[in-house]
Amino acid sequence: MRAVTPLSWEPILQVEDLRVYYKSIYGEVKSVDGVSFSVNPNEVFGIAGESGCGKSTLVEGILRVIRPPGYIRSGKIIFRNTDLISLDEEELRKIRWKELSYIPQGSMNSLNPVLRIEEQMMDAMISHTQISKQEAKEAVLSGLKDVGLPVEVSRMYPHELSGGMKQRVIIATAVLLKPSLIVADEPVTALDVVVQKGILQSIANLRDRYGMTVIFVAHDLAAHAEIVDRLVIMYAAKIAEIGSVYNMFGDPLHPYSKLLVAAVPSMEKEVLKGIPGLAPSPLDWPPGCRFHPRCPYAMPVCSKEEPSLKEMKQGRYAACHLLE
Amino acid sequence: MEEPLLELRNVTKDYTIGGGLGLIKRKIIRAVDRVSFTIPREKTTISALVGQSGSGKSTIARMILGLLEPTSGQILYEGRDTRLWVKENKRAYRRNVQVIFQDPYGIYNPFYRVDRVLFKAVKKFGLASSENEAHSMVIDSMRALGLRPEDLLGRYPHQISGGERQRLMLVRILLIRPKLVIADEPVSMIDVSLRSIFLNNLQDLKNRIKMSCIYITHDLNIAHYVSDDMMVLCHGRIVETGETKSAVKDPLHPYTQNLVSAIPIPDPKKRWKDTVEMEGATFEELRAEHGCIYSHRCPHVMAICKKEIPPLVEVKLGRKAACFLYSEVIEAAESK
Repeated sequence: MRAVTPLSWEPILQVEDLRVYYKSIYGEVKSVDGVSFSVNPNEVFGIAGESGCGKSTLVEGILRVIRPPGYIRSGKIIFRNTDLISLDEEELRKIRWKELSYIPQGSMNSLNPVLRIEEQMMDAMISHTQISKQEAKEAVLSGLKDVGLPVEVSRMYPHELSGGMKQRVIIATAVLLKPSLIVADEPVTALDVVVQKGILQSIANLRDRYGMTVIFVAHDLAAHAEIVDRLVIMYAAKIAEIGSVYNMFGDPLHPYSKLLVAAVPSMEKEVLKGIPGLAPSPLDWPPGCRFHPRCPYAMPVCSKEEPSLKEMKQGRYAACHLLE
Repeated sequence: MEEPLLELRNVTKDYTIGGGLGLIKRKIIRAVDRVSFTIPREKTTISALVGQSGSGKSTIARMILGLLEPTSGQILYEGRDTRLWVKENKRAYRRNVQVIFQDPYGIYNPFYRVDRVLFKAVKKFGLASSENEAHSMVIDSMRALGLRPEDLLGRYPHQISGGERQRLMLVRILLIRPKLVIADEPVSMIDVSLRSIFLNNLQDLKNRIKMSCIYITHDLNIAHYVSDDMMVLCHGRIVETGETKSAVKDPLHPYTQNLVSAIPIPDPKKRWKDTVEMEGATFEELRAEHGCIYSHRCPHVMAICKKEIPPLVEVKLGRKAACFLYSEVIEAAESK
C-alpha cells in the first residue's frame, strides 16, 4: 500500500503488512493478518471494528507488547524511521513512554491501591528520565491540570477517585513525558456518557496543546465521530476501509463500513438495520473476501479472490471487488 | 379503574457497607430513594429506565423481580405486593414477570446445550403436552424471531455469538409469554451489527404477545430507539419521566439536559460544541446531600435546591420533572 501522506509530511508511523498470530492447540489464530496503514503527525487516528476483529492485537503488535502465545509473524512497523521490530527490549524500553506511550484497555483499574497518585506518577517519570524528585513533582501537578483534574488529586489514593478521574490520571501519566505518539485502547469504554465526553475532549486537547499524535481504538463509532481525523475500519483481521472520518460517515465505500455505520443507534435514525450472519472465526477465515458470507453485494469473485486494499478515491482506501 | 400492571410506591433500598467485625465504620448507602412509577395495564409499552452507573437502575430491577426486598415502600404487581407473590405464587409470578440480563455469557451453563433454556421453560411452565409439541413450539418460536433452528439447536454456548445468545432469551420470552419483561442492559455486550436485530425483535415481541417491558440502559441512543417512554434516574431518584422522543429532544431537568448533551452523535459534522465540566463529587458525598440530588452540579442551582427535595410534577402534558425551576407548577400542584 502507498502511504497516505500529505506531500510535506513524513508519517510518524508506518505499518506494513503486519501479521500477528497466536498459537493455539487448534492451529494458528490469525488475529492481524496483513495490515498496512500510516499515521500522520498531529492527527487523531481511529481504529474501529467489532469485537474479535483484531483491533487490540494490532496495537499490541505495533507497540511490541504482545505476549506468547501471540507473536509477530511478519511485517514492518516504522516509527520515526526506526523499524520497531528490529529493536531489542532495552532499546524499546528507551523509547517507550518518552516517545511512544500506551494506555491499555481497562488500565484505570491497574493503579496501585496503596500508593498516592503522585507517587505512582513520579515513579514512572524517575525510572524513565534523569530528572530530580522536585521537577518530577512539578511535572505531575501540571500533568494533572492538563487533563482537567484538581491538584489535590495528587495526594489522594485510587479508591478516592471516580472511574472517570482514574482514567484521567492514567492519561496524565501516559503523557507526562510528552511522547510524540499515544496509543489509547478503548479509553472510554465502561464510562458514563458525561464522563466519556470529558475524557474524549481532554484527549483532543492534549493533541492540540502538545501536538501529539493519537491512535484511538474504540468499538463505538459514535466516539470516533466526535474526535477522530482519519479512521480505519477493520473486519476479520484485515482493513476494510481507511479514510477521513467525514467520508467514512458521509459516504462509506466498503459494504461493511456502510452497514456498520447504518447499524449505530442515533437519535436521528428511525430504523436500524443489523448485519445478518456471524462474525467468522479467526481460526478459519472465509476464503476470498472475509466479509463475503455476510455481504449483500457479494459476487462470485468475492468467495475466490481476496481483494487488496487500494486507493479508490483521493486518500480513501478500501478492499472490495465491487469498487474495482 | 383496574389496578396497573406494576406499581412502585416510594420504594427505597439502603445498602449497608462495612461493619461486621466492628473495625470499620458502618455506612449506609441509599441506592434507590423513594422511587414511584406505574406501568399501565391497558396498553403495552417499553419504558426505559435510564441512568448512569450507580444510579440504582439494576437495584430497581432486582427488587421488581423479587430478588431483593425494598428497605421501605411497596412494589405491587397487579395490585398485590411482590413479596407475597414470591412467597405464595412464585411460579405464577415468574411466568408473568421475566428478565433478560446483561451478560449473554453468564446465563448459560457451558456444559449444556443452549436449547436447554428453552425446553426447560416449556417443561417448567407446562406449555406443551408432549415432547413433540415442545419441539415444534421451540422451532416455531425461533423462526418467528428470524433465527434458524438448524443452526442453533444442539449447539453449546461457546459455539454461538453473544447476539444469538441474547436472542434465544427472546425466544424464551416468546414461549413463556409473560406480561412484563425486565431487560437489564441486554445489548451492551453485543456487537453493534447485531444489536439492532435484537432491539427490533424486542419491539416485535411487544406487539406480538402484548407484553410490557422495562428496558434498563445507560445509553440514551438505545433508549431513544427502543422505548415509548422513559424515566431518568439520578443517584437513586427519578428526576424526569415522559414520552421518550420529546424528553430527549427537549429535556426538562438540568440533569437530563446534561446527559443528552453528552450523547456522542455518530456524525462528525455534528461534533460537541460545548465542553464538559469536570465530574466532581464522588458517590458518598452525593448521598449525604440534602435537597435536590443534582444541586451540587446543577448550573441553575438556587437556595431552595440545597434545602428541599423537589417533587416530581407534571410540567408539560405527559412529561414530569422534579426540579424547582418549575416552581410555579409545583405550587399549583400543591395548592390542589
